[in-house]
Amino acid sequence: MAKTARVITITSGKGGVGKTTATANISAALAALGNKVVCIDADIGLRNLDVVLGLENRIVYDLVDVVEGRCKLRQAMIRDKRLEDLYLIPAAQTRDKNAVSPKDMIRICDELRKEYDFIIIDSPAGIERGFKNAIAPADEIVIVTNPEVSAVRDADRIIGIVEADQKGPAKLVINRINMEMVERGDMLAVADVLELLAVELIGIVPEDQAVLVSTNRGAPIALEPKSKTGQAFRDVARRLAGEEVAFSTANGGGNFFGRISKLIRPKAGS
Amino acid sequence: MRNFTNLFGGKKKSATMAKERLRLVLIHDRASLPPGVMDQLRDELIEVISRHIEVDRDAVRIEIVQDGRNQHLQAEIPIKPARVPLTD
Repeated sequence: MAKTARVITITSGKGGVGKTTATANISAALAALGNKVVCIDADIGLRNLDVVLGLENRIVYDLVDVVEGRCKLRQAMIRDKRLEDLYLIPAAQTRDKNAVSPKDMIRICDELRKEYDFIIIDSPAGIERGFKNAIAPADEIVIVTNPEVSAVRDADRIIGIVEADQKGPAKLVINRINMEMVERGDMLAVADVLELLAVELIGIVPEDQAVLVSTNRGAPIALEPKSKTGQAFRDVARRLAGEEVAFSTANGGGNFFGRISKLIRPKAGS
Repeated sequence: MRNFTNLFGGKKKSATMAKERLRLVLIHDRASLPPGVMDQLRDELIEVISRHIEVDRDAVRIEIVQDGRNQHLQAEIPIKPARVPLTD
């Protein structure tokens, strides 16, 4: 049966908020749910999705090799060691973002759409060429932010740019929330961030040292059944796949969610 | 020490400050309108309106208000009561 993949770009504006970690975990969780998934590292020159997924030793060809015709698209796709329906197209490490154009990204994604359920693109930070490459083929945009002033401000800029680019309303993942800090009034709460940004929430991920440990190992935390953070990423994947999944209270959902439910979806016409 | 500061005037929680500061920053970012330009806009509006009607300059309030991701420029411009001269 012919598939028509949804192309989802993960972006943030600000660097260091956890885009690559989110891309790796959402992709792995979608594949674990039985979807055929390709993730593409669009951060040319600063590739990292390969190490976060633990696939760095298998790279032969990369995205720029595909664009410049040195290999077939299939040859640049690395199959994950744990999940047979998860593939990675790595970024080139020795080139810059001008080696790829938005048109190249659209062409590559169109070629993949027929055979996969999801194409997840890891965008570089910033709003320049690499970001434009990453959002060009996107059907949907997921914005990762932290409950912190500069990350929220940059997220708002990206939401505006994405809206102007007709990519539909962006969806939000709030990453690295620390409930103890929220409770003592020293960190923006989920409700605060949603009130400020006025977009749909699709994930609340706690701050967790275990994420660094999983990155050290090159094994996405979303594949650890007992991890709460892994569960938070699996919930994001299920919501993206169209399931209605309640937000867990421990992560700042629950009772907060009641107060903010009106803010979750932007008003019609906006 | 913290309680001491709270007793006298009360120190605001840092999350509250973050939210208040972000609210203003986002309003100006979205409208591509630096905060200083608002004062200029206010002065120019008063000048134009004053050509036709006498306004209470000190009570004029102009602000950008948010409604979801939409923004409105909201102005409150009190008019001074007309001084009708008494005729004999």
